[in-house]
Amino acid sequence: MVKRLKPGTEEELAEIIRDADGPLHVTGGGTRPIGRPVDGEELSTSALNGIVHYEPGALTLVARAGTPVADVEAALKAAGQRLAFEPMDHRGLLGTAGTPTIGGVFAANVSGPRRIQCGAARDFLLGVRFSDGQGRMISNGGRVMKNVTGYDLVKLMAGSHGTLGVITELSLKVLPSSRSTGVLLMEGLDDVTAVRALSQALGSPYEVTGAAHLQRGMDGHPVTMIRLEGSETSVAYRLSELGKRIGAFAEVTTETDPELARAGWTYIRDVGPFHDRAGDVWRLSVKPGDAPGIVAQVDGAEAVYDWGGGLVWLVVPEGTGAGAIRFAVSEKGGHATLVRGDSTGGAFQPEPEPLAVLSAGLRAQFDPRGILNPGLMG
Amino acid sequence: MEMPRPNPDVLARKDEIIRRLQAVMPKDAVISDVVETRAYECDALTAYKCPPLAVVLPASTEEVSAALRVCHELGVPVVPRGAGTSLAGGALPNADSVILGVARLNEVIETDYENRFIRVQSGRTNLSVSGAVEEAGFFYAPDPSSQLACAIAGNIAMNSGGAHCLKYGVTTNNLMGVTMVLMDGTVTRIGGAHLDAQGLDILGLICGSEGQLGVVTEATLRILHKPEGARPVLIGFDSNETAGQCVSDIIRAGVLPVAIEFMDRPCIRATEDFAGAGYPDCEALLIVEVEGSDEEIDEQLEIISKIARRHDPVELRQSASAEESARIWLGRKSAFGAMGQINDYMCLDGTIPVSQLPLVLRRIAEMSDEFGLDVANVFHAGDGNMHPLILFDANKPGDLERCEALGAEILKLCVEVGGCLTGEHGVGVEKRDLMRSQFAPQDLEMQMAVKDVFDPEWLLNPAKVFPLDDSAGRRIAAE
Repeated sequence: MVKRLKPGTEEELAEIIRDADGPLHVTGGGTRPIGRPVDGEELSTSALNGIVHYEPGALTLVARAGTPVADVEAALKAAGQRLAFEPMDHRGLLGTAGTPTIGGVFAANVSGPRRIQCGAARDFLLGVRFSDGQGRMISNGGRVMKNVTGYDLVKLMAGSHGTLGVITELSLKVLPSSRSTGVLLMEGLDDVTAVRALSQALGSPYEVTGAAHLQRGMDGHPVTMIRLEGSETSVAYRLSELGKRIGAFAEVTTETDPELARAGWTYIRDVGPFHDRAGDVWRLSVKPGDAPGIVAQVDGAEAVYDWGGGLVWLVVPEGTGAGAIRFAVSEKGGHATLVRGDSTGGAFQPEPEPLAVLSAGLRAQFDPRGILNPGLMG
Repeated sequence: MEMPRPNPDVLARKDEIIRRLQAVMPKDAVISDVVETRAYECDALTAYKCPPLAVVLPASTEEVSAALRVCHELGVPVVPRGAGTSLAGGALPNADSVILGVARLNEVIETDYENRFIRVQSGRTNLSVSGAVEEAGFFYAPDPSSQLACAIAGNIAMNSGGAHCLKYGVTTNNLMGVTMVLMDGTVTRIGGAHLDAQGLDILGLICGSEGQLGVVTEATLRILHKPEGARPVLIGFDSNETAGQCVSDIIRAGVLPVAIEFMDRPCIRATEDFAGAGYPDCEALLIVEVEGSDEEIDEQLEIISKIARRHDPVELRQSASAEESARIWLGRKSAFGAMGQINDYMCLDGTIPVSQLPLVLRRIAEMSDEFGLDVANVFHAGDGNMHPLILFDANKPGDLERCEALGAEILKLCVEVGGCLTGEHGVGVEKRDLMRSQFAPQDLEMQMAVKDVFDPEWLLNPAKVFPLDDSAGRRIAAE
């Protein structure tokens, strides 16, 4: 039985790391087991819980790493604000249970459809406190939106999956929620045309906050969706203007029911189409225009395109090797991550030589004993 | 301002160093003449000057790599330079260092509207990046005040912001990829035309690293379609507190303006004398700008005006035309020029939580009295990025020192209330020795350990960012 360590304070956490004599499997709520499996004692931040500071007028919130995402979202909602980058909930796709934590969101740099307009999770992380691999507590960044004081270790911690340090507290930027949402829908487009239509929308002045294409929508047919948010007047105006611009691609319908719009984008955010589909799931980050070509190169794949094509979710038959997918992606530029499936061979795209040397060097500085999620990313 | 003692061994080998650089660079790309190198003796922090050993002006990534390899082999410090507009001394040379200027790297390599990015060489100026995509209706969002002159390389080094970053973010939020040369000449490519670079976020780390980790030669930047229009509202208040409260209320109301600019009385007076923009005679003035179609702008300005009216403004002027907008912006845009007219000034850029604005402005006024130097405030209020301008007379003995001491006190105050030393100008040499007021020793040690990975010999811009005492062990070990 693997021991589960749940320190309740920063000091306890640092002490556990200092005293560790073997690898530690660092987790938040354990709902996003992405990366090569780690064999070690489990160290969870879930008991480091609570919002420390929230200043709606300054658009900033400080929370301990183990604070449930739901608690953060509830506090924000009460003040008419939100996590604008729309973090995905991985439980449906990965079949995990538990409580997603705010620390986990940033450790895995998890962003949803709105990333295309407002930025990724890492763009909203303003400051961190973390323990390095020797149990030293480090602070970086702060709780203000503009800060170039010293190196940006905040960005480095975002997306490092607990391999450089264990985040104990973080401060983040939040944004006002929008008052209304409108969605433009097109049916029956092939992938190439759909990405072209999305590109046209994203290259317009209408501030698109969601641009997705499903090869199989809820009714089994291809559907392309574009989201606009803002005041009612503004959304109505932009739905009309943008609808005219993309009308050449297909017949455009409009959805303004808030509940339906929300459900639709949650379905995309959480990759709903693949929840009940067997098979391995890959996440590709590519140049949008390259996406349909890459998808076509992978046999037996079904795709969900988000971020105007820049993010591709692929489901492929279980055990499909990484070779074809990685080859197709690296030829064009981008990277592919195995999100669901047997990751013992590695989940992340191997880095090219000079970058791999830098990454290894950074790991050696942050975690010289190599005990924090060793091997998870590489 | 203390700079490290130049390495006598490097100074003694000047001729050899020049010869070796000339062997790998075009003839006119190596400058060693004492008169010519003087053009590179300082950046926009003009109080400090020191001619470099030599200057190299490479025109390609390969030439950058070749020059760095030579300097690395010979143990010569290198100071990268964009356009030399740093207000923090980021490009200030030392007598034993070679300036590596990127001015000749100024081409647009690729423009892609479908995928919304532009790839440029890093010496290209910020404004000319937008200029290159303007015809298609696009722009590059970060807009530092120096955008006419400043280079993308420097923007990346200092993670530059601008007036519009409340909505569009700063450089790091708009940078997708770089080609970067390490001190030993290794060429690395990070990120590209896709979002979120793979692996560790080294791209995020490089942005704002003040030219200490590598020399960026090419950058892939996100471009956006221009909004249909933009218009401001000008609001005057009889107290800084009320203006600060109004900023907070606007943000809480759920409108996200593209810019919220704040000017205090000393600044309003000076700009009125200088530019005559017709600003009201009041304690504090806000300029709030929103974007969209005409109807969308009207709707947002009305919401903002309604909030402002609750705070009894002494003046509220909603722009209804391009001409009125220009008049509202005129004073703000000439603020720095107006200050320069009155006196020499030092521009700080500490950032504070927005809620602390009234307290910080009050304390600055008190400190200004204590030190006997006038301070005018003009800044980006939406994100708490202050720009106190301390007026002094460079010809008056002791004035510069007094000004620097006051500046240090103001920046320490920013840190005390939960903010930071610099929001967009960078640490450079200017704020190097204040770093200890914001960071604990282990925090600085962790950052320096990062430089060890990229530049183990500490040759790249070595005397910047960290207090000299803290980096001494590493720099001297390198010699």
